[in-house]
Amino acid sequence: MFELLGIPPQALFGQLLLGLINGSFYALLSLGLAVIFGLLNIINFSHGAQYMMGAFVAWMGLTYLGIPYWGALVVVPLVVGATGVVIERLMISRLYHLDHLYGLLLTFGLALIIQGLFRNGFGVSGLPYSIPPQLSGGTNLGFMFLPNYRGWVVVASLLVCFGTWFAIERTRLGAYLRAATENPTLVGAFGINVPRMITLTYGFGVALAAFAGVLAAPIYSVNPNMGADLIIVVFAVVVIGGMGSILGAILTGFGLGIVEGLTKVFYPEASSVAIFVIMAIVLLVKPAGLFGRTA
Amino acid sequence: MSVTTETTYTSASQAMPIGTPRHHIIIFAVLLVLLLIAPFVLYPVFIMKILCFALFASALNLLLGFGGLLSFGHAAFFGSASYVTAHAAKVWGLTPEVAILLGTVAAAFLGLVIGALAIRRQGIYFAMVTLAFAQMIFFFALQAPFTGGEDGIQAVPRGDLFGLIPLANDLTLYFVVLTIVFGGLLAIYRIIHSPFGQVLKAIRDNEPRSISLGYKVNRYKLAVFVMSASLAGMAGSTKALVFQLASLTDVYWTMSGEVVLMTLLGGMGTIFGPFVGAAVIVTMQNYFASFGAWVTIMQGTIFVISVLLFREGIVGVISRWIKKPL
Repeated sequence: MFELLGIPPQALFGQLLLGLINGSFYALLSLGLAVIFGLLNIINFSHGAQYMMGAFVAWMGLTYLGIPYWGALVVVPLVVGATGVVIERLMISRLYHLDHLYGLLLTFGLALIIQGLFRNGFGVSGLPYSIPPQLSGGTNLGFMFLPNYRGWVVVASLLVCFGTWFAIERTRLGAYLRAATENPTLVGAFGINVPRMITLTYGFGVALAAFAGVLAAPIYSVNPNMGADLIIVVFAVVVIGGMGSILGAILTGFGLGIVEGLTKVFYPEASSVAIFVIMAIVLLVKPAGLFGRTA
Repeated sequence: MSVTTETTYTSASQAMPIGTPRHHIIIFAVLLVLLLIAPFVLYPVFIMKILCFALFASALNLLLGFGGLLSFGHAAFFGSASYVTAHAAKVWGLTPEVAILLGTVAAAFLGLVIGALAIRRQGIYFAMVTLAFAQMIFFFALQAPFTGGEDGIQAVPRGDLFGLIPLANDLTLYFVVLTIVFGGLLAIYRIIHSPFGQVLKAIRDNEPRSISLGYKVNRYKLAVFVMSASLAGMAGSTKALVFQLASLTDVYWTMSGEVVLMTLLGGMGTIFGPFVGAAVIVTMQNYFASFGAWVTIMQGTIFVISVLLFREGIVGVISRWIKKPL
């Protein structure tokens, strides 16, 4: 077996896999942020809390109602997405005529409320969620041992990301969406119900976060703070990628996950700040972001 | 701020007559008298906490209310200044005034670096960039050897002011803190009402127009960012001496959120709003401390209500009633 710069290949591939898994979550979450930002022009600060809600609702479904993992994967995004629709109708829709910063402040407040409620209800110690039996165990790939569930996370994230990209860039509905992003008034004049589209878009973005939460539940312990720190890293990912392009958000998410994994191999002390350092460099070299249009 | 959206941070920005309005002088005087009496009526440490956060929130308001820049990472300056002061006082054994000065300088330097990067983006991106850099500082504080990790720096000696006056007594310390904070508030007032402050408001209200008038907008933004960071640092340094503690709470994003909440609740772009906001939030935290996560829920609720129904803030509403800028 070959060695790379004195690093055993098991460690290298192990960290690469971890990086890929982190990247899967970065991609799903920054995709949701980008979809919401595109149409609503707000940054959804409660995205991390909604990701956490996804994991918790999956846990509650399994514990109280006996809904298995595969059911949760479908039901939970719908349930959490529905709460997103309610939030958009009741609160966010009142802020569109104001500066975008108010949307950020409102969703920050919502994130505090959601996190506080779950902390009151379930404590901070974290709850276990077992891996579905079909995906337990692992596969020996020859150069490394791949736990099946982790492989599934990467595949599922890629599928959903690609599906979203396809829906937005290649379908009629997506064409309406992109048109409304450019000029909502004109699209409304053509008889398309833009406010309803905005509401559903927010719901969809929130559902993406909840889907990521369900995927995360068996890997990380389900606890009220799981989304809070993650979302800040995702913000950095979004700044690096720029929110102009769907594909850009996906690529940046996976790419940065891998870079972070590699940093863990070669210089572990810097791994938690690697993404922020990259953000600083991108701000210096290409302030609009790698895929961004100049704002 | 984009040009198309309606101006939302008004209420204090009407054209003002030359010179300091008399009602401002009266309010400052009454405030000072109240604060001089307060430690004999209330618990001094509690009022010192309000004072430190009032300065912190006013520093943020200088940037947000008058510069139009929402920083979601001000805990970075507050917290790192707090660490530097605690380290200087405890490990190097420096006198409190030098320790506070060092903390403030550290925050100013940090503000220069982060500010220079952050002002390259506008609006919500600016908020995200500052938040991300603050999180980076948090991770640094978590791992760096001199910060004490999860424990923080505890039992920081208050020392002797100028090597002469011992500050161990809460009441003695109170008057030092009052001097620092009141000085800071007057400095902010002066900055807002200087020609520099007028240009700042012009940039906030219409950036392209300010550029076309020939102002180097980015220099103004960076300057106000550094000023705001330094004053936030001064608040953090003072806090480290009051509580004899510098900890990870001071650099965490929740602290950045709290100070934004104080400013929003009190009134963005008003002079006395952040002080009122800080007093309300600190009092609330003190009375409801035993309810645990309910404090977080309450703060979130105040955020939501403020944004939906109460965007002018407490002082903003009063200012509209009496038809005078406050």
